[in-house]
Amino acid sequence: MSSQAAALPKPRYVEDVIRAAIVLCIFWGVAAFTVGVVIAAQLVWPQLSFDSEHLTFGRLRPLHTSAAIFAFGGTALIGTAFHVVQRTCRARLFGGAPLGWFVLLGYQFFIVIAATGYLLGITQSKEYAEPEWYADLWLTIVWVAYLVAYLGTVLKREEPHIYVANWFYLAFIITIAMLHIVNNLAIPVSITGSKSYSAWAGVQDAMIQWWYGHNAVGFFLTAAFLGMMYYYIPKAANRPIYSYRLSIVHFWSLVFLYIWAGPHHLHYTSLPDWAQTLGMVFSVMLWMPSWGGMINGLMTLSGAWEKLRTDPGLRFSVTAVGFYGMATFEGPVMSIKAVNSLSHYTDWTIGHVHSGALGWVAFIVFGTLYYLVPRMWNRPAMWSTRLIGWHYWIATIGIVLYITAMWVSGIMQGLMWRAYDELGFLQYSFVETVAAMKPFYMIRLLGGVFFLSGALIMVYNVWRTVRGQSEAAATLRPAIAA
Amino acid sequence: MFLRHETIEKNVILMMVLTLITVSIGGIVQIIPLFTIESTVERVDGVRPYTPLEVLGRNIYIREGCYVCHSQQIRPFKDEVERYGHYSLAAESMYDKPFQWGSKRTGPDLARVGGRYSNDWHVGHLVSPRDVVPESIMPAYPFLAQRRLQTADVAQHLKALRLGGTPYSDDMIKNAEADLLAQATPDADTDALLKRYPRAVIGKAMSQTQAITEMDALVAYLQMLGTLVRFGDLPPERLRQ
Repeated sequence: MSSQAAALPKPRYVEDVIRAAIVLCIFWGVAAFTVGVVIAAQLVWPQLSFDSEHLTFGRLRPLHTSAAIFAFGGTALIGTAFHVVQRTCRARLFGGAPLGWFVLLGYQFFIVIAATGYLLGITQSKEYAEPEWYADLWLTIVWVAYLVAYLGTVLKREEPHIYVANWFYLAFIITIAMLHIVNNLAIPVSITGSKSYSAWAGVQDAMIQWWYGHNAVGFFLTAAFLGMMYYYIPKAANRPIYSYRLSIVHFWSLVFLYIWAGPHHLHYTSLPDWAQTLGMVFSVMLWMPSWGGMINGLMTLSGAWEKLRTDPGLRFSVTAVGFYGMATFEGPVMSIKAVNSLSHYTDWTIGHVHSGALGWVAFIVFGTLYYLVPRMWNRPAMWSTRLIGWHYWIATIGIVLYITAMWVSGIMQGLMWRAYDELGFLQYSFVETVAAMKPFYMIRLLGGVFFLSGALIMVYNVWRTVRGQSEAAATLRPAIAA
Repeated sequence: MFLRHETIEKNVILMMVLTLITVSIGGIVQIIPLFTIESTVERVDGVRPYTPLEVLGRNIYIREGCYVCHSQQIRPFKDEVERYGHYSLAAESMYDKPFQWGSKRTGPDLARVGGRYSNDWHVGHLVSPRDVVPESIMPAYPFLAQRRLQTADVAQHLKALRLGGTPYSDDMIKNAEADLLAQATPDADTDALLKRYPRAVIGKAMSQTQAITEMDALVAYLQMLGTLVRFGDLPPERLRQ
């Protein structure tokens, strides 16, 4: 492909939108990590809400999750989707820069109206689907434009085959559309007010919400970022994907199985048993395609493992795939009803989510950013390779502190809730279990501070790269060399 | 195989259609039967739509994100039943739009908190949690006690809920504002209210203020949670799903 491709003229790709997406993605990343640190601190020192209605944990937590998933993750996905689809199809973005800008900026507008709403107490109270009806409608319009731009580009491609990364991005776009529309159906109280009531109620609402919620994980945070993996890891390692056949199996089994996993969020609740059991069985089966994908990503490095020593950006991506494997093993374990009876409602779940969100999602984004930034700004490399290494280690230590603290506190919490004394009474009052969490909440806060610090190092490195000149050139050679 | 994967890889519309079919199956199998199988929601007596005051109180519960730290779903385990009360029924949240089962217990479950503490306890705890429970890490909500409840459009709320399937009668909608006042005014005539909404908890949480505050509405909601079904006179077979 490459020799043939080199002979063809390069299409004029839309790149301004991608550069803007990179900057916005980094901004939202820092914002999400900062709010995360603030709410982690509030769990240690609850006075930090300052009796303000706008700064309570209840309002800031959706701000944190939405900023991380939708603002940081979503902006990264829009930017990389546009980059990947143009390159792998050898075609300029359908609709050109205007449609690209509409999707990116329209999506930013959605984020801003959703986030300001949270602080004002405007929420549907459906986890990861908190924005109210007007924001949901706006997002639907933006999402259709996103699909049109993506699909249009694939349709006018010059490559006969649709590259595997595109399968995952496309599955992400259409599945999220389906989930978003069904879960958010609601009846507004008035056309001029923000409040609405869900079209669903009770047990059906719970099922629909977690069908949505778990597949926000499955398609937003997994399938789409696997698209990222399938493009950027082979590019950075300069190796083809390990197994083409495995990617076909990986794709179809993942998209088929994931959608069934929702009820594992509702074990032992009022959801009928048959639905819980289906959710558990499919969650356990999901382990296989997840690890198939992990193997495909990791083994792409075969013959190029030495690059991990010299390219810390690639190290981020590969570690991300490792965390992906770990989180997708832990997930099926936690979906087993017996385990879930202990883990549910505890911090173990929070730890699990963060090994996925920090270890997989954020790390694959960091790896991709370190690949993309020099290329998008026409620089030979990132300003400082050394600082990428610093970011890597500080962030990794942060994650380890975070997830181990949550494992320990979560399991401890679950065990304390069910502990009986020798007389047959519950051994601990609820508030004793709250008090026991404090040291672990402090360790988690420290982990978050580490992770945020790493991201700030990246900000500095990206800023210097965009400004021009490498660190080595700046320190070792006189200015005329540039 | 009838279809070579290469064919799909070269036709994006075909790929999109096949993907959409593949991702639809799980949801169809898991969601649709919950609407069609009648026993999904147990047939128990006592569950009724929320009173107008409870609706507005519940909206404050949602607005403040209480569900982020408090579940409303008791699982059928010995320790949970001893700590919180009878395990939760699907019927008990059948008018919850949206459901408030939650996913995390940073604080305790609230599915049956109704009647457990006095109104004064709730007001004191919400205004300054650590004065009541020293180890608590709950944020303080003093502003709820200072803010007048917006009641003018309460009938509109009931109408929106009815449009979505909650069985509010014309009578309930017509009297929404009157019912709200009756529930939160000491010594009001509550016969009509109680006929429309059996077992409604009458009373004003903050006896010291004349105006109905957001605190009054929130506490009214908390005080009714989990109180509608009388488990004492319920034959066990009625609980089967």
